[in-house]
Amino acid sequence: MKSSAEMISPEALPMAQSSQQAMNKEKTDRYQAGKSASFGRYLWPLLALTLLLLVNLFIDSSFFHLTYQDDRLYGSLIDILNRSAPVALLAIGMSLVIATGGIDLSVGAVMAIVGAVCANLLLIPDISLVTVILAGLIVGLAAGSINGALVSFLGIQPIVATLLLMVAGRGVAQLINQGQIITFQHEGFAAIGVGQFLGLPMPIWIVVGMLLLSQLLLRKTALGLFIEAVGCNAKASRYLGINDKSIKIFAYAIAGLCAALAGMISTADIQGSDANNIGLWLELDAILAVVIGGAALTGGRFSLVLSIIGALIIQTLATTIIVSGLPAKFNLLIKAIVILSVLLLQSEKFRRQLSGLFKLGIFNNAKAGDKK
Amino acid sequence: MSLILELNNISKHYPGVKALEEVSLRLCSGEVHALLGENGAGKSTLVKVMTGAQSKDSGDIVFLGEKQHFCTPIEAQKVGISTVYQEVNLLPNLSVAQNLFLGHEPKRFGLIHFNKMYTDARSVLTQFKLDIDVTAPLSQYSIAVQQLIAIARGVAMSAKVLVLDEPTASLDADEVQVLFGILNQLKQKGVAIVFITHFLDQVYQISDRITVLRNGRFIGEYLTSELPQTQLIEAMLGRSLQAQLVDKKSDDNAVKATTAVLLSLESVSVKGSIQAMTLTVPKGQAVGLAGLLGSGRSEVCNAVFGLDLLESGSIHLAGKKLHLSQPVDAIHAGIALCPEDRKVDGIIGPLSIRENIILALQASVGWWRCLSKARQEEIAQFFIDKLQIATPDADKPIEQLSGGNQQKVILARWLAIEPILLVLDEPTRGIDIGAHAEIIKLIRSLCDDGMSLLVASSELDELVAFSNKVVVMRDRYAVRELTGLELTSQHVMQAIAEG
Repeated sequence: MKSSAEMISPEALPMAQSSQQAMNKEKTDRYQAGKSASFGRYLWPLLALTLLLLVNLFIDSSFFHLTYQDDRLYGSLIDILNRSAPVALLAIGMSLVIATGGIDLSVGAVMAIVGAVCANLLLIPDISLVTVILAGLIVGLAAGSINGALVSFLGIQPIVATLLLMVAGRGVAQLINQGQIITFQHEGFAAIGVGQFLGLPMPIWIVVGMLLLSQLLLRKTALGLFIEAVGCNAKASRYLGINDKSIKIFAYAIAGLCAALAGMISTADIQGSDANNIGLWLELDAILAVVIGGAALTGGRFSLVLSIIGALIIQTLATTIIVSGLPAKFNLLIKAIVILSVLLLQSEKFRRQLSGLFKLGIFNNAKAGDKK
Repeated sequence: MSLILELNNISKHYPGVKALEEVSLRLCSGEVHALLGENGAGKSTLVKVMTGAQSKDSGDIVFLGEKQHFCTPIEAQKVGISTVYQEVNLLPNLSVAQNLFLGHEPKRFGLIHFNKMYTDARSVLTQFKLDIDVTAPLSQYSIAVQQLIAIARGVAMSAKVLVLDEPTASLDADEVQVLFGILNQLKQKGVAIVFITHFLDQVYQISDRITVLRNGRFIGEYLTSELPQTQLIEAMLGRSLQAQLVDKKSDDNAVKATTAVLLSLESVSVKGSIQAMTLTVPKGQAVGLAGLLGSGRSEVCNAVFGLDLLESGSIHLAGKKLHLSQPVDAIHAGIALCPEDRKVDGIIGPLSIRENIILALQASVGWWRCLSKARQEEIAQFFIDKLQIATPDADKPIEQLSGGNQQKVILARWLAIEPILLVLDEPTRGIDIGAHAEIIKLIRSLCDDGMSLLVASSELDELVAFSNKVVVMRDRYAVRELTGLELTSQHVMQAIAEG
């Protein structure tokens, strides 16, 4: 507890300084204030991730150990990156949807549909891999667009609109699979889940690729800003000429596309489509990842990188619990408690109250830093 | 009259801004104390500190001889300081009565005594000459009625100190008189009332003493009866008022009257809003829309900006017929609108000033052609300098600015896309006299640059000051047009009254 109170000073001091300089040098201040604000956003999620990793190192001293074997890196860290890929992909799409002020509960079900479509297509002899992947992506995009249309054009509350597909989606997947678990033998497709490239598992590359592509699309054009504007105030955005409906549909479509990628990874991983279980409850992990990344569910600012850090925290935690050797029945409870702590750490108000409890000298500094 | 609340040497800093510096305020029981100053003078911050909504950095709050540290508004309410904030802070989904008594409902056997609550609510509202259904949800009623209910709530809490932040902004003249009647009654009972407003004539009508703030500093405390209006304005602005609103331009009116028509509305009707409205806006001129609340002023603006669909009639811009089905169509045609409700329809609160300024320009060039950060900063800085937006830097979220500066940012947003017609709906609502003058000056200089403006406003002096022509509306259509020498607030008032 004491250590968390002390942690406030490194962040708070530079901010207090920059407020001093404001009166003298406007330009330096602008530079520094902007810098320390974005630094503060990254500080707490990164700190939580580091702490979790250190706990693992404490439990198992070989935790950070990496070995190179059969042209591929092995180790717990690689496992975490690899295992977190589906949630990380979902979190990219979810960040956009949440930034518009919505939510997408259907992504887990979309994973199931895409998995079923791909698995059944793979049963066709001599089908090309490209066709299967394209079909999967198109199904994901279509599902996302339907969500978006329900929200934008019919004005249905996002939680209700996507709940429809969350329920119906698994049904559709079961229908496609005709109630069976469809397995397939296709080395090319399986490589999406278990393959490797340049020494790293394929899912990691897919996440990196999707992240780079999304960042390019959102930050090198004005789409990211428009999404944030619509999320902050849809009506005012419409008044200044932004097509808020299209922006919303775009966000849901990207969420569907990300779900398609995640669904293909999970399906390729087990080389089969299990409509009942694939992606089950993953939409909730994705939402959690975005929230841990510091986004507000009411919409507005988003950061894809922070959401992915959130997904990594969730996966690291799952690994930690397994490594720690605690009985499995504690898993869910510990997960909830750790996530609550991460969320509380991000709250300036909570940190202030915590430090107030200790009445330390640095309290005044923290207070000065908090007033943005 | 005895001292009831003292604020001594209150200071409050935000990063880069001194919101309050050693400000003092003394309140006596049974007085109406006007708290005046320009936008950003620190009035709202002082109120927030006084009522516990924000913490102070230094200074004392002494209430009835005891030092107080309010951490939350509830603590301040408990000792008897109740506040009616500038924006209506009520719950639109609850009934009028529930809003009035929220948090201190009359109870019976531990449960809410609804019948008593309704009768009490009715009797409170009778004082305000409001005869409305107290069981209906608040959202059913107009902003003016909601404002009165918010004030009634403050009054019903039987506070010792009542703070009213811009209570009359959306009230019409009769409602203001009803409110003042009630304030006088409260005065008799010994309640101290802090009255924040930008209507100076109301200050002279109701207040006993005046405290003036400027740029977060305490300027002075005056007896209202001993402070002439010109000196008050000087104290608020820190400079003598240089004939801002005078120099009438009756001569150049005659010249300009012959210029080409830019916008014309021909018997435009919108379902449920305006009827057979005809109006022309000449190029390079400002046309004012006057009329009472609900006369159709704002509705004309909405129709021109494509927010409301036309039922019949047509709108022509520069000779071309417009088909407006959404704001984007109007923007593409070169029409911009600064909406009446700045907070809901104008600002995008959490985004920075820079982003708020460039958004319309970015939307009009398209999402795929992103303005570079350097270009954005250049544009933002240009308008911050040109319109004198008071901010330490362009990256501050717009919601942290005062109302007048927010309005300037919205104006900058539209000026950045260089519209040919700028529609302003209540451009000076909730803005103090200094920013008023600046915005009026801006409207004139825009006209000189060849832009046309259509301005709806409830402030006649202001309309008359900058308009080349004023169209008076009543019952949702134009009743008169006034130009040239006819254009005085007296005539406009007559036209509103008589048609």
